[in-house]
Amino acid sequence: MNTFLRTLREQMGGFGATYRRELGAYFATPMAYVFLAVFLLALGVFTWEAGRFFDTGSADLAPFFVWHPWLYMIFLPALAMRLWADERSAGTDELLLSLPLGMPGLVLGKLLAAWTVAGVGLVLTFPMWVTVNYLGHPDNAAILLTYLVSFLMAGAYLSIGSAVSALTGSQVTAFVISVLVAFAFTAAGWPLVLSTVKAVFGGHVADLVAEFSFLTQFQGAQRGVLELRAVVFFLGFTTFWAILNGLWASRQRLG
Amino acid sequence: MLDIRNLEKSFGAKRAVQGVSFTLEKGTVLGFLGPNGAGKSTTMRMIAGVLEPDSGDALIDGKSIVTDRRAAQAALGYLPEGAPLYEDMTPPEFLDFIAAARRIERAKRKDAVERAIADARITTVAGQRIGSLSKGYRRRVGLAGAILHDPPVLLLDEPTDGLDPNQKRAVRALIARMAPTKAILISTHTLTEVPAMCNRAIVVDRGMIVADETPEGLARKSEDGTLEGAFTRLTDQAEANSA
Repeated sequence: MNTFLRTLREQMGGFGATYRRELGAYFATPMAYVFLAVFLLALGVFTWEAGRFFDTGSADLAPFFVWHPWLYMIFLPALAMRLWADERSAGTDELLLSLPLGMPGLVLGKLLAAWTVAGVGLVLTFPMWVTVNYLGHPDNAAILLTYLVSFLMAGAYLSIGSAVSALTGSQVTAFVISVLVAFAFTAAGWPLVLSTVKAVFGGHVADLVAEFSFLTQFQGAQRGVLELRAVVFFLGFTTFWAILNGLWASRQRLG
Repeated sequence: MLDIRNLEKSFGAKRAVQGVSFTLEKGTVLGFLGPNGAGKSTTMRMIAGVLEPDSGDALIDGKSIVTDRRAAQAALGYLPEGAPLYEDMTPPEFLDFIAAARRIERAKRKDAVERAIADARITTVAGQRIGSLSKGYRRRVGLAGAILHDPPVLLLDEPTDGLDPNQKRAVRALIARMAPTKAILISTHTLTEVPAMCNRAIVVDRGMIVADETPEGLARKSEDGTLEGAFTRLTDQAEANSA
């Protein structure tokens, strides 16, 4: 047990320092503020204009949550792209790798810092929640649950962005590749994609593809239903990409 | 304090470092010399644990960088080439990050940061973002980061490169103050600085050590009695031999 705790402590070495440094970096530059402003603006425009929030006639946040996967797909890679690519282009990865830190601590510190900024973005959408409560009597427990699963989903999108960022020294390249990967995992649940997959590979394959889609996994939560498999999916997905992230960032040591 | 054993590293077909071995004791300031691309930085990056060697090892204060990386890195202060820093931070914020990453206890952190700021003479710029500092100050912030935890071994890659004469003198004075209690490895290609800073010099060429002497001994090897003459003769000769 002691050996386990010691190994864990060593591997997580630098988690706190990295988390504080990365979170500070987001807010020391206009990065976080610009992200939050544009993210909230886009979410508002989609909810009110494209989602026709007022025309649904029901006091819930369905026209708001339905856009989350699509907006995360674009915005969260933008938040994550700097995490590793910036270190490499500035040469600070050299400094970081020379410190007695554990790779898991570094990966999680960076990922959680970006996740915190995304969480702040979600919290700042509270006027939507205030509005529906003003207009009617929504199921607030269901809304809170959808928010929580949405937050987990944000972590999954960020883990893609962070891992891809470890592959390149260019933030633009990291962003473009991350959006493409994120699009694949989002659109996999799109009826258009699924019907094509079904026609070509058959129903079983289409079901499997749908299982890996963020849209499918987020559906239950959007109805206010807590599905354990969705929670396990998003957490497992994030863990998988965080491991890839660590492996890709460690490759640097090989030269 | 520092024991380098047969370090090797290849990048594809290019053998960047070919069996480099030497030891360094407390009180030694070693000038690590060689032409560009000779393998100086690659060797230093391997010692710092940034790059994994293909074979060989580096023992820092008795700990292996290969099998006990974190313990070895804890005993080492490293200034990478070009002194890369987080530009959005102020020097105290940056040093506080390094102190936290090096697990200096919270109670001792403030003292360590203040001491490093005083030693590196960067008090006057402590309130500014690193991105707005001159090259000389940035180099000194990097140095402060390397000496923050008072390591027994220091590895400085081109610490005076691009500095003006006053800044160079300040860095040299800092190194001289630390020299008696540490083993210091400095890579440089400014040969005129070597006799002023170092009491031992190693010349590498094409990934191999071609000379290991005192700076004076090295200078005596040339016809004109200068380090530059010796440097040219050694590295040209190695080139001629391998041709």
